[in-house]
Amino acid sequence: MTAMVYGVILASILVFVIGSVARAIRYARQPIHLRWELYPVPHADPRRVQHGGSYFEDVDWWTRPKEFNLLGELRFMVPEMLFMKGLWDFNRAMWVRSFPFHFGLYLAIGTVKLLVLVLLLDILAPGLLAGTVGLAVHWVYTITGIAGVILAILGAILLLIRRLTHEDLKTCTTPGDILNLSWFVVAFGCLLMGFLLRAPDSPGAVAMLRAILFFDSSVRIPGLLVVGLILSALLAAYIPFTHMSHFIAKYFTYHAIRWDDRSLRPGDRIEKKLAEYLTYRPTWSARHVGADGAKTWAEVVTRNPAEARKK
Amino acid sequence: MTQKLRPEDMSREEKQPLVHLDNADLMPLPFPLDGPAKDHTWAQLSLQAKEKYECILDDTCAVNVPQPKSPEEERELVGRFLAGLDKLFTRENNWTFLQPLVLSMEHCARCQTCAAACHIYEASGNAELYRPTYRSEVMRRLYFKYAKHGGLLSAWQHGDIHLNWPLVARLIELSYRCNLCRRCAQTCPIGADNGLVAHELRKLFSQEMGIAPKELHDKGSMLQLEVGSSTGMNPIVVKDNIAFIDDDTTERTGVEVETPWDVEGAEVLLIHNAGEIMAWPENPGAFALVLNAAGIPWTLSSDLAAYDAINYGLWYDDVQLARVAIKHAEAAKKLKVKKIVVGECGHAHKALAVIADRILTGDLNIPRESSMTLLRDIVMSDRLRLDPSRNDFPVTLHDPCNLVRLMGVVEPQREIVQKICPQFREMEPHGVDNYCCGGGSGFAIMSGNNFQDWRFHVAGRKKLQQILTAFSDCLGPETPKYVCAPCSNCKGQIRDMLAYYGLWDKHRILYGGLVELIVNAMVDVRPGYIQWEWH
Repeated sequence: MTAMVYGVILASILVFVIGSVARAIRYARQPIHLRWELYPVPHADPRRVQHGGSYFEDVDWWTRPKEFNLLGELRFMVPEMLFMKGLWDFNRAMWVRSFPFHFGLYLAIGTVKLLVLVLLLDILAPGLLAGTVGLAVHWVYTITGIAGVILAILGAILLLIRRLTHEDLKTCTTPGDILNLSWFVVAFGCLLMGFLLRAPDSPGAVAMLRAILFFDSSVRIPGLLVVGLILSALLAAYIPFTHMSHFIAKYFTYHAIRWDDRSLRPGDRIEKKLAEYLTYRPTWSARHVGADGAKTWAEVVTRNPAEARKK
Repeated sequence: MTQKLRPEDMSREEKQPLVHLDNADLMPLPFPLDGPAKDHTWAQLSLQAKEKYECILDDTCAVNVPQPKSPEEERELVGRFLAGLDKLFTRENNWTFLQPLVLSMEHCARCQTCAAACHIYEASGNAELYRPTYRSEVMRRLYFKYAKHGGLLSAWQHGDIHLNWPLVARLIELSYRCNLCRRCAQTCPIGADNGLVAHELRKLFSQEMGIAPKELHDKGSMLQLEVGSSTGMNPIVVKDNIAFIDDDTTERTGVEVETPWDVEGAEVLLIHNAGEIMAWPENPGAFALVLNAAGIPWTLSSDLAAYDAINYGLWYDDVQLARVAIKHAEAAKKLKVKKIVVGECGHAHKALAVIADRILTGDLNIPRESSMTLLRDIVMSDRLRLDPSRNDFPVTLHDPCNLVRLMGVVEPQREIVQKICPQFREMEPHGVDNYCCGGGSGFAIMSGNNFQDWRFHVAGRKKLQQILTAFSDCLGPETPKYVCAPCSNCKGQIRDMLAYYGLWDKHRILYGGLVELIVNAMVDVRPGYIQWEWH
């Protein structure tokens, strides 16, 4: 039974990783689209980012060196990723609810990563984390873990209330949305209560992690914590198959769309890809398009439908 | 009255509009249009239009889709819609926008952040039908159900929708209730793009079903590809008109103006929106005068479509977009010019400089730039003698979305007006945070049925509010005021709105382009290039 619980947890994490990677690959393999950027583009020349300008503001812009200011991107990305600055700027009422939820998740995920690191150190260099250092680390992951779970639960409850009561959100809320948020509340609620109500002689977080990773059934994990761990793991496995995987999408919507201001240069990678796309054979049916599944895009767009109309 | 619609209401079988707006429902306007009673009464849709076309969305009808004659025809149309929906999500048919579309379909968190950014939603008094996510939500449900073949679980997760002809008919109209300004996309925390969804729906209807507003297709891109311009001008007529403009400009300014045609090896191929030549001849006249005075070797081209920068495909059809962009580039290649400069037309800027950047490969990749930057360099380099006191009247600047938010050309036009217009004042917000004029995505040239009533009352309302606020300290008729709109479509929309609300007659608010302000300030030109009369 214990081994099965461990198996479910580890398999769920594997599904999460594979699902997330598969989704990212699916998006990455989609064709380079026509340009569709939105300004400001933060990697532009810093003098322009302030007002949202682009290299198009220069006469003979194509004769000037390409602009790419990584610091500018980071200046935008870090507050966005950590503090959801966009939501703060444009939808403060939602930020109040969404930020604790997401920041709680960051803390919880950070806690798991820290636990993995501690376990690794414990295996590779036993005794390194003994004494005061070990105690400090213990308190760090205990505090971040508890704070993260509490914040995530609080945020999820607030988001759920908003979804169910606010006129603007109610009309497009689906049962799936309610399930998603409720799942977070229940799973993290079990984790929190299971941890807080555990018996004094219960194993510590690192010991539990070791037990899960090494299928050690001798470690007795409290029942409520087991339920919380399984629900959380299943939730993780479910996320890549829902819109909640926007942490993957956001890379593409920003870097590949909103900020993709790369201009076409002769012989570059984009031009080579475009040459491939122009050999695709569209099947759009409207008469003016003139596609028949045999003509390529290049043939279709170099044909003038008005010539036929004249005849 | 605001009505809380749900996405599934789009399938309602009864042939009735889903919403009706009254003036009292709309966002309030400042003085002198404060109060619903000071607004105009909406023109009603004619009985003939209601009987002949599918006008079952709201108070107007933009596309004029004929009513199917039988249930079989309805089923056939729904089948064609489904075929188009599938094609929209295949790389062979839609490599042009597949990635952004799929991302927008799969990742909206429905947080409604975008709603507050949408001028149409706000101006309508927050009517649910015009919420940016409403259209997208319908599309998203169709995507998961039909393109992804989702079952019950998918419907439970994403929401269900019943596909029938009324839904398709309403969706056709609803795809033309968005200006594609993408202000909503700018605020989306995830990067989903409701403007793109409207754009892709329009493409589906055009490229698969052959359905598009006649102003954009038959009288727009098709006419341009047939005779050379959506204005109907062929090369002989356009040359005649430009010759007339040259004469008129010479007479008005006292400076000899001659427009060069088809000059091989010129540095600049200038492409105007041909609407300027017909409706605002002072704009191409001013361009000719300024470029000649600055000593720039330039030319116009009389090749098919190359004397009209418009590219309506940008709004509804990728194939038509590519065809026109290729015509523009081919003309430049033939003349061996160094670069193409786009005149005062926002969508032409975006179409040719930005979007077509991934269409014009090989030797068609001729550098393309904005006339804003060229004019800025001319003005700031002191190649012209300018006297700002000639422009000593209140001026505000409209930011065309295609030029600013969607292309990043923000400051050049500002530097010019700041230098030559002592009473310049910004609208708020401005720059990349601007509001659309309400004529974007083709609306400025669409006036069938009572569509322009919707265009003025709803789509353009926010811009009207901005203009009135910018001039709130000088609204009296004794002060002539100038809305500078460096874009033909925006200018058309602003002209129509100012006329509709009598703001020229009663408050002396005029509109015009940017280059006219430059010529008006030129010392070597007779004073009074800007004529304070309605046109």
